[in-house]
Amino acid sequence: MTPAFAILAILTISAAVAAMSLRNLIHCALAMAAAFGGIALIYLQLDAQFVGFAQILVYIGAVAILIVFATLLTRGGESSEKTAFSSTWLWGALVTGAVFALLGWAIRNSFASQAEPAPQVEATVKQIGDSLMTKYVLPLEVVGLLLTAALIGAVVIAMREERK
Amino acid sequence: MAETLDQIFVSLKQALLGYIPGPWQALASAVLSLLPIFVAFPTLFAITTLLERKGLGRIQNRYGPNRVGPFGLFQPAADGVKALTKEDVVPRAADRVVHFLAPVVLVIPVFLSFAVLPVGRNMVAVDMDAGLLFFFAVGAATELSVFMAGWSSRNKYALLGAMRAIAQMVSYEIPLILSAVGVVMVTGTLSPVKIVAAQSTYNGLLPDWFVFTPWGLVGFLIFMISAAAESNRSPFDLPEGESEIIAGYFIEYSGFKFALFFLAEYLGMFAISGLGITLFLGGWNAPLASLGWIPSWAWFFAKLLAIILVFIWIRGTVPRLRMDQLMNLAWKFMIPMVLVNLVGAAVWHFMHPSLSRWLVSSILVLGPYFWLGKALFEHKHLGPRTYRFAE
Repeated sequence: MTPAFAILAILTISAAVAAMSLRNLIHCALAMAAAFGGIALIYLQLDAQFVGFAQILVYIGAVAILIVFATLLTRGGESSEKTAFSSTWLWGALVTGAVFALLGWAIRNSFASQAEPAPQVEATVKQIGDSLMTKYVLPLEVVGLLLTAALIGAVVIAMREERK
Repeated sequence: MAETLDQIFVSLKQALLGYIPGPWQALASAVLSLLPIFVAFPTLFAITTLLERKGLGRIQNRYGPNRVGPFGLFQPAADGVKALTKEDVVPRAADRVVHFLAPVVLVIPVFLSFAVLPVGRNMVAVDMDAGLLFFFAVGAATELSVFMAGWSSRNKYALLGAMRAIAQMVSYEIPLILSAVGVVMVTGTLSPVKIVAAQSTYNGLLPDWFVFTPWGLVGFLIFMISAAAESNRSPFDLPEGESEIIAGYFIEYSGFKFALFFLAEYLGMFAISGLGITLFLGGWNAPLASLGWIPSWAWFFAKLLAIILVFIWIRGTVPRLRMDQLMNLAWKFMIPMVLVNLVGAAVWHFMHPSLSRWLVSSILVLGPYFWLGKALFEHKHLGPRTYRFAE
């Protein structure tokens, strides 16, 4: 574990914890944006430039903005009086621990962790683009169609209904 | 001689690096690459504030600042001292932490975006494979800080300004990025350095800049319109609209924090204009082969200043749009236009260089322009403007 990774991990995890535990909804959203940024920096530290920048562009530039907008338009972002912890936090912690243990066990015993680490390949943006346009063109088109349908659906829902 | 002048900053950096002991060289090289950005662009900002006030003064038939120094030349220094010495007022109801963080979070990505701009031959701070993507990614990060400023001030005008700003930035980001995609399709790279290199040849009459192709001209115009909207310049200055919401999202900022917002806004404009130059105006290339003796960085800054002057001119000329006009322009006109323009770029790329290529590409651009314009103005009944009170 390099120092850079340690710093980024602490930053990301503390931002994520803040996003879960802060009282004010807007503060939570901003902390989550910081966590997104931390993840993007981890990607960049792993030399995955494309994924890192796409993470910033999509998650900080769009998803965080969307969350903030939705919060403002629905309930005004007033801080709630209730405590951040639910009354059944003990059960929640137990379930979380069980899920985490199961996932950790599965990952440790998976084929991927048993296999030899693949030789490091330099994935340039050009290679990513090439494979997106040749090998993975059908999934890409399907995703594009899905997003277009979602966009049109949002417009239809938001459209003012004609008076009859 | 021309060669030395062209590479003077690069050789200066190499000479300075010679004095640094081995293990520190990587760090020193990074610092020496970034330092000029922190010197050159804030200086340009100071010059631009003066130019803008003088230019607007000329357009509005008055003098502009003329008290500090000869012709008011030292006005930026006076403004800077004023901003530094003003009291920093934070509203009592404001969210202090977010209120403090917002200008800081705004300035950092703006400075970061200069790192991938090639300002001259061999003069780019970070030559990145995905440089264009980096630029747009850090640009997207500024939206959140605008929201932070507007929300944390606990002021309804500030919040209104932030909502307007975000709606506008999100809408205009799409034509901005899509107009750059055309260039990426033709050059086949996301690296700004290679995009500039692809425009460095001359074909006798004109340089091979992308602005001199049908799709490139449309792309450039759409890019610059979106750039004006992204940097909240008039006629897209609704987020600030002094006559409606006073100053928008930074209404509750004073002193140096206000100056930071001001700085970030202008630096954002420089960065995005610099990207427009890189993508469409040949970057640091001279417009004629015979003018190649002028240093490359001088060309970059000359083009940048020209674009800034056009922005000032537009600000003095065009009235502010209304919110619905703003959204209609982005979603109903510019996005369809830029999507068709992508087809135009693809056709241009795959046809042989001939007159028919020009013809097909021009039709692909002009046809949608007239058709869209006709369709959008069909039921508007716009005639010549009539003056009821003023003659």
